[in-house]
Amino acid sequence: METLQTVMTPLLLTLRIALVTTFFVAVLGVCISYLLAKRDFAGKWLADAFVTLPMVLPPTVTGYLLVILLGKNGAIGSKLLLLGWNGILFTWQAAAIAAFVVSLPLMVKTATSAIGAVDRSVEEASSILGRSELETALFITLPLAKKGILAGCVLSFARAVGEFGATLMVAGNIPGKTSTMSLSIYNAYQTGNSELANLLVLVLVAISLITIAATNKLGER
Amino acid sequence: MDETKIKKLILPIIAAVICLGIVVFLAASPETEEEQPTIITVSAAASLTEAFTDIAEEFEAAKPGTDVELNFAGSGTLRMQIEGGAPIDVFASASESHMDILSEKGLIEERSRKDFTSNTLVMVVPEDSIESGTYPASLEDLTEGSVEKIAIGNPETAPVGKYTEQALEETGLRDEIEGKVILAENVKQVLTYVETGEVEAGFVYRTDAESGQKDLYKITYTVPVNASISYPIAVLSESGNKETAQEFVDFVTGQQGQEILEGYGFGITKI
Repeated sequence: METLQTVMTPLLLTLRIALVTTFFVAVLGVCISYLLAKRDFAGKWLADAFVTLPMVLPPTVTGYLLVILLGKNGAIGSKLLLLGWNGILFTWQAAAIAAFVVSLPLMVKTATSAIGAVDRSVEEASSILGRSELETALFITLPLAKKGILAGCVLSFARAVGEFGATLMVAGNIPGKTSTMSLSIYNAYQTGNSELANLLVLVLVAISLITIAATNKLGER
Repeated sequence: MDETKIKKLILPIIAAVICLGIVVFLAASPETEEEQPTIITVSAAASLTEAFTDIAEEFEAAKPGTDVELNFAGSGTLRMQIEGGAPIDVFASASESHMDILSEKGLIEERSRKDFTSNTLVMVVPEDSIESGTYPASLEDLTEGSVEKIAIGNPETAPVGKYTEQALEETGLRDEIEGKVILAENVKQVLTYVETGEVEAGFVYRTDAESGQKDLYKITYTVPVNASISYPIAVLSESGNKETAQEFVDFVTGQQGQEILEGYGFGITKI
């Protein structure tokens, strides 16, 4: 029974973090991607670079920057403290924020190119027929870019499941509270418990295979 | 707005509401706090994972109503978390240097700081080289031709590497074996290289040698290290629960804590 718990606790935690992350990445990622693909505005390249940055930075550095931002004395952390939110660091929500920051670029990169590739004449037709930009975006552009957006979601989900470095910094590695699958594997390895490590790796590989299979199924349709 | 458009709008709205519902449900479900125990968070060096898990359990048993949350990572990572303002009550470090940095910044309660245990540096070799009879059993043996690769921790990131470098430099052998050295990120990686037979020798802490797959390697030499490899512990200044934190420190340095640590190979000076 104890083994079951040592696997289930990090598994459920990881899935919860990954699902919450994917939801927010999908909503915000699509908005950002749409703006980047369709609009021209001052400082666009800067916005693009800013979103992409966590993809290039080592996750530990991203994590460290987040610790500085979200910590008690941090720019965001101190504001949260004023709102009565005592210490976001070392909670599963912090892990979700870390996963969000590192997986957002995957969504934005994939979705931006998909939205950019939608045939302009179709959108123009919609606009000529009297549809507003929002309507065109919701009912023409985004449905046509569906595949790319879905692919972005899957990539983000996978990245969130496997997140390690930034999570370790921001959420800590507290068994039963913030130790995700990746962190639990690290713990098992660290303590020489190779049986548990192998079991956890197996479960993680299984999740990844299911994710990939699901993507392929979606792609076929 | 004509009817078809409304129909078209309905589906995405329903989907969005369901998604939001799931998220709110997921977000709300985990924290079911029935009782309100005193919680302290202890950041401990990764090498202390097993020992501190046991100690925390014993401490909780000895003090009902307290809950110890353990946070494990490399000492450097833990130090950066504390500097960033993470809500930690006790820090147990694998090296004095990280504690010194926090001390300089006034982030620890100086009076609570104590060295609570120590470790030993050992040389390990793969089991099959023991069987074949040619294996290094001293630092001098490392210069022999049969030793092609030696794994040591990266002195920049792993304290174990710093101690290894010091020992090698004292014997004057460091330059001679330069071409054989493989740098590993941490002590576990050194041990993995030895376990898999990728290297002929590696330098690890005694406690790590105790916790690995012992049938794959043997300790052949205890390395004399100038400065003792000591582990400091301290209550943090920002702790919201200094009383319980101090009690935990006392527990670690007390008899029960020391016995558990010794059980994992800490604080033992000879082979």
